[in-house]
Formats: sequence, structure tokens, C-alpha cells
Amino acid sequence: MSRQPFRHARARLVAGNALAYVMLAVLCVIWLVPVAWLIIISFSKGVAGIPNYFWPKYGFTLQNYVKLFRDSGAASGFYFPRWFLNTLFVAVCSCALTAVMTLSVAYAVSRMRFRLRKPYLNVALILGMFPGFMSMIAVYYILKAVGLTNTLVALILVYSGGAGLGFYVAKGFFDAIPKEMDEAAMIDGATRSQIFWRITVPLSKPVIVYTILTSFLAPWADFIFVNMIMGPTAYKNYTVALGLFRMIDREHITTYFSMFCAGAVLVSIPIVVLFISMQRFYVEGITGGSVKG
Amino acid sequence: MEENRIVSRWSGLRRFFAALSNQANLLGRTFHDGDGRTRLSFVLMGFGNLARGQVAKGLYYLLSEAVFVVYMVLFGARSLAGIVTLGTKMQHIEAIPGQVPKVIRGDNSMLMLLYGVATVLLVVWFIATYFWNVSSAMQAQRTVEKGEVLPGLRTEAREYLDAKFHVTLMILPVAGLVLFTVLPLLFMILIAFTNYDSSHQPPGSLFHWTGLYTFKALFSNSGVLGNTFWPVLGWTITWAVIATASNYVLGMLLAILINRKGVRFKGLWRTVFVTSIAIPQFVSLLLMRNMLDDFGPINGVLQHLGLTSKFLPFLTNATFARLSVLVVNLWVGIPYSMLITSGILLSIPKELYEAAAIDGASPFRMWTKIILPYVVFVTGPYLITQFIGNINNFNVIYLLTGGGPNTVTYYQAGKTDLLVTWLYKLTVNTRDYSYASAIGICVFIISAVLSLIAYRNTKSYKKEETFQ
Repeated sequence: MSRQPFRHARARLVAGNALAYVMLAVLCVIWLVPVAWLIIISFSKGVAGIPNYFWPKYGFTLQNYVKLFRDSGAASGFYFPRWFLNTLFVAVCSCALTAVMTLSVAYAVSRMRFRLRKPYLNVALILGMFPGFMSMIAVYYILKAVGLTNTLVALILVYSGGAGLGFYVAKGFFDAIPKEMDEAAMIDGATRSQIFWRITVPLSKPVIVYTILTSFLAPWADFIFVNMIMGPTAYKNYTVALGLFRMIDREHITTYFSMFCAGAVLVSIPIVVLFISMQRFYVEGITGGSVKG
Repeated sequence: MEENRIVSRWSGLRRFFAALSNQANLLGRTFHDGDGRTRLSFVLMGFGNLARGQVAKGLYYLLSEAVFVVYMVLFGARSLAGIVTLGTKMQHIEAIPGQVPKVIRGDNSMLMLLYGVATVLLVVWFIATYFWNVSSAMQAQRTVEKGEVLPGLRTEAREYLDAKFHVTLMILPVAGLVLFTVLPLLFMILIAFTNYDSSHQPPGSLFHWTGLYTFKALFSNSGVLGNTFWPVLGWTITWAVIATASNYVLGMLLAILINRKGVRFKGLWRTVFVTSIAIPQFVSLLLMRNMLDDFGPINGVLQHLGLTSKFLPFLTNATFARLSVLVVNLWVGIPYSMLITSGILLSIPKELYEAAAIDGASPFRMWTKIILPYVVFVTGPYLITQFIGNINNFNVIYLLTGGGPNTVTYYQAGKTDLLVTWLYKLTVNTRDYSYASAIGICVFIISAVLSLIAYRNTKSYKKEETFQ
């Protein structure tokens, strides 16, 4: 091979890489602008209404964060610390319930064979195709009939009530565990329950973590069901999503926009950390485990 | 292939009816073969078990029957009748001269329908229990006839941790599903066949069965509902096609860029994009809404730089708003498809590239002839899922434009409303539940048809079939 074409190819590779870096840098800026603006405004002084600038005009301050906690109370109608704890409580309870139920269903439909298994899979498929909040008004009336509206318990029930449908990822995982292990244990006299707890669960840590994390994240992002379950006066029982949502509706946005940004930053940090740590599972979940991210 | 599918659908239906008649046969045979105690279980549930010493089991069946009968007499029968009538007595005000007018409470159609559906589900559960009771009585008889010892409560309970472990595992999730998904959904589907709209609100007034009236109004070419439905459906499809295609292609390009040989810090680049989607959508999208406001920072900067003299109506002009939601959706969606396609790109067999390079293919040809076909082949089902996801993409539209800008030619909808956001507004703002339900059913049909095509072609579905 002569040197000339080789050098030529190398030059092209370097130029190509330079171009790639430039493009990536530009794209990163585009993707980070809203995030940066959120953080900047959350530290900005003297924001009234929607600022029409990116860089703060009146300097930086920590007041927005301080006010979020200090001004919580009946006077403002905003209870950020309480909302945070509400959401945490709902998230912990519903993720525990959801994880147990999802894994149970996934194990049953993956490892066991029973008469109603195939019908169940088909019904689950069909139920999943209706728009999620089509039935929310009926859910509301059911909760009202048992006197649970305006409560956090209702939220926990609603978030974990659909756990029986979210088994696909875990089922895919269980499907991949060799059946021979179960059979060997059964020959040794283990019951199905023992196999589940002593063999399958210890082998399934990744998918358990995935199930727990996804169901933990749901209450932080949902505002549709909270909005329906919590009446207009149940401020104290809001979750952060609904509370922040309310902070920037028409009547509040002029006063609270920078506080909204501060609250949003506080909520986003734990969620972003959790999400990034589980992105691998996310990819496997969406592609049904056929693709490794 | 196509014919096979239809045949298999039909055979599925036939199997269902075969199973039904099988159950009826079983009932007849059991009655024929059963002794007195077993036969008595047909009337007095659990008797067969009780009489043979399986007290707990027998009591359970007996108690179920008692509860069911009491419920039906006190409440259930009326609820079932309520489904048919949906109420006859309208709430009205009785004015007796000289006294304060009194509100006479009438029937509440909504509660009657809800309780009716709940009762139907209860009846289904009871019928199942009835069959279990009969077969359990027969089983007990057979066991005794064979001279074996009947399993006691403890043995049977242990079964639920072993051979019947699936029952233990599924009972709670299924109960949750029935209460929070099946019952509400059945209720809402039925609502589509009534006139439960803004002018028929219980308890003030009644609503009635109207058959397909709502669907006719929705699909008609005249009338304000039809005039809203078709354009909204059109925009929903347009949106879904453009959003899916643009996210997919651009996401793949980004993935190629990041995975390019020689590009370093792959993890860092990827994390930047993932960060943006990890932020809850109600935060990022509400922020975008304010950035794109007529008096927001983007317009502010554009005017400051002298690029425009007046603000650009990003979210307040129909065409601008439609473009804005599509562009913002790129911000939301590209990182997702980048994540997915990254994995696939890494799994492309190296030989394909090498063979193409030896043949002297240019990068562009390599992309169109090798990478694209391969990725499309692998991600076909994912594409359809994405398409369905975009038809149901509530967050981007609702948080960004709220469906607006509104127009008087539509009923309760704006120019960027999708079917699902329109459904939401009809439910929350005007309480036109019958319209909302009919729209929900339409969305379901679209999703169902597309998913059928997708699932039928995936490997996992076919594998599932061979499993059986």
C-alpha cells in the first residue's frame, strides 16, 4: 500500500471527526438550553411573570429556594415541603405494592402454565390499548363511592391498581431464566413458592430494581390523576407535580415563576439521577430485551 | 398467511364456544354421575364438601351463595334492572303554595349504571364460583369412592403455594385490575352508547340509552361534532406520522454520530441527551411553553437581535403552533430513539460493513443500503409502538399548547388537539362523557388494529405460540 491514499484517508477521518464533534456540541447546546434556563431562572432575582431574557437582569439569589420552604403555608396556598413528602410517601407505598404485584403476575404468566393464562395475556393486551385516562372519571366515582377522594391512599391505589398490566419487561426477564433450574429444585421437593423466593427472586435483581424504580418515578410525573382525585381545595394533599403545575397557572405565574423553577430543579435532580442510572433497563424494556443498550 | 390469521381468529372463537358447551356438558354429566350429596351441591353450594368433612371449603361456597343471594335480593336485582332503564324518576322541584320549594330527588343514572356494571361483574364471579363448587363436590365424591383420604384444609392451603401458586400470585393484581381498570372501562364503554353529555348530567337530569347516536354524530359530515372529529383525526394521524418518522430518522442519525468510530466520550454525549428526557415532562414542557410564549425569552432574544420586529406567534397561530409542537417533540423524542437505535446499531454484524467497504461503497450508500434496511427490519414493531404512542401523546400537546389555538368551528377543541387531548378536555371541562367515550373507543380501534399487525409479526409473539 502506498502512503498517499493512506494519509488521504486519515485526513478525511480527522476532518469527519472534527465535524462530528462540532455537530454534537451544537446539538448538546440545543438540548441543554431549556435545562440551563430552568436552573438560571431558579437562581434569578426579581423575576416577574415570564422573563423575556435568558441571562438574569437583576443578579443571582438563593431566595427562590428559601421561599419555597419558608413561605409554605395557608397564606400562599403552597406547601412545597409537604407536597414533596406526600409524593415521597405515595411513591414509596405504590412502588412497593406495584413491584410485588408486577413481579407476581410476571412470574405466574412466565413460569407457570394454567388454563386462564393465555386469555389473561390477551385481555391484558386489549386493556392496555385503551387510552389510559379514558376511564378516569369512572375511577373517580368509584373512589368517591368509598369515600377516598382527596386522600393520598386513593393515589396509591390508582397508581398500583394497574400493576397487573405492566408485567412485560419482568416476564421477558423470567422467560430467559433456564427452566431446568426450576425442574431440578422441584425434584428436590421444593414448592413453587420456594422456587420463586429462593431461586427466581435472587436471580432477578436487575428487573426488580427496574420495576421498583419505574413505579417509584410515576407519582413524581403524573398530574392527570392527582388533579382528578384532589379537589380544588385539598392543597395539602397535592403531589409536587400538581403543586408545581398550579404554581404557573394564569393567576399565579407572575408571582411564582422563579419559585416554580426552583421547585422543578429540586424535583428533577433525584429523578434525573435515577433515570440515568437505569437507562440500560429502559432500553431493554422497550425493545423487549431483544436489544442490549 | 393472511388467511391463516383469519382462520385462527375464527378457531379461537369456536374454541371459546366449545369450552362453554363443554362446561354445560360437564354440569349435566356431574348431575348424572353424582350421588345425593353432590346433587344437593347444585342447590346448596358447598354441601358436597361439607357432608364429606371438608368444612372450610364447604363453608366458603355456602357463604358465597348466601352473600350473593342476600346481595341480589336487597340490591343486585334492582341494579340489574337499573342498567336497562337508567332511571325513570327525574329530580324535580315541588312547589307547594305557601311553603319553601322542595327538591325531590330522582334517580341517578350514572350511579345506576356504575352499580349495574359492578353487579354484572359480581354475577360473573358467582357463576364461576358455582362451577368450581360443582366440580369440587364431584371431585370429593370421586376421591371418597376410590377409597382415598380427602385432603384437609392444610393440604389444600399448601397447594396454593405449589401447584396453584399462580392463584396466590395473581389474586391481588387481578382484583386491582378489575376494580381500577376493567370496571371503569366497561362503564365508560357503555357510556358511549348513552346521551351522558353536558346537558344530561345526573343527579339533575337523567340520561338514556341512545344506541349508536353518539358515533353517528361524531362521524357525520355535518354538525359541529363531525366538523371537529374529522379535522382532529386528520391532524392526529398527520402528527403521528411526522412525529414518528422525524424522531426515528433524526434519532438514528444522532446515534450514528455518537457511535462513530473515533468519536470519544460516547457515554458523556449520551448522558447529556438522556438528561434532557429524564426531567419530568411537566417540567420541561411547561418550561418550553413559557420559552415559546409571545413575550417569552425566545421572542425576546429574536427581537433583541433584530431578527424580527414583532413577536412570532409560536403557540398562538395554528400553523406556527403545529410546527412548534412537532419541533419540541423532536427535543423530547430524539434522545429516546437515539437510545433505542444505539443498541441496534451496535448489533449490526461487522461483516456487513466490511463487505460494503471492500465493494467501495460510500458512507451515504452504506447508510441507505445497509444500515437503514437493517434497523427498520429490527425496529419494525418498535416503530408501530411509537406510532401508537404518538397517537396517544397527551403530554406534549396538552402541556405545550393545551390544544390551542382554539377555533370556533371546533367543539371544545383547538387546532393542535389530538383525539386524546380532546377526549380529556371533553371529560374535564364540559363533562361530555358520551362523546369522550366514543372518541376513546375510536382511539382504541386505531391502536388495536396497528398493534395486531405489530405483535403478530414480532418474534416474541411467534415464540409465545410455539411455547404452547
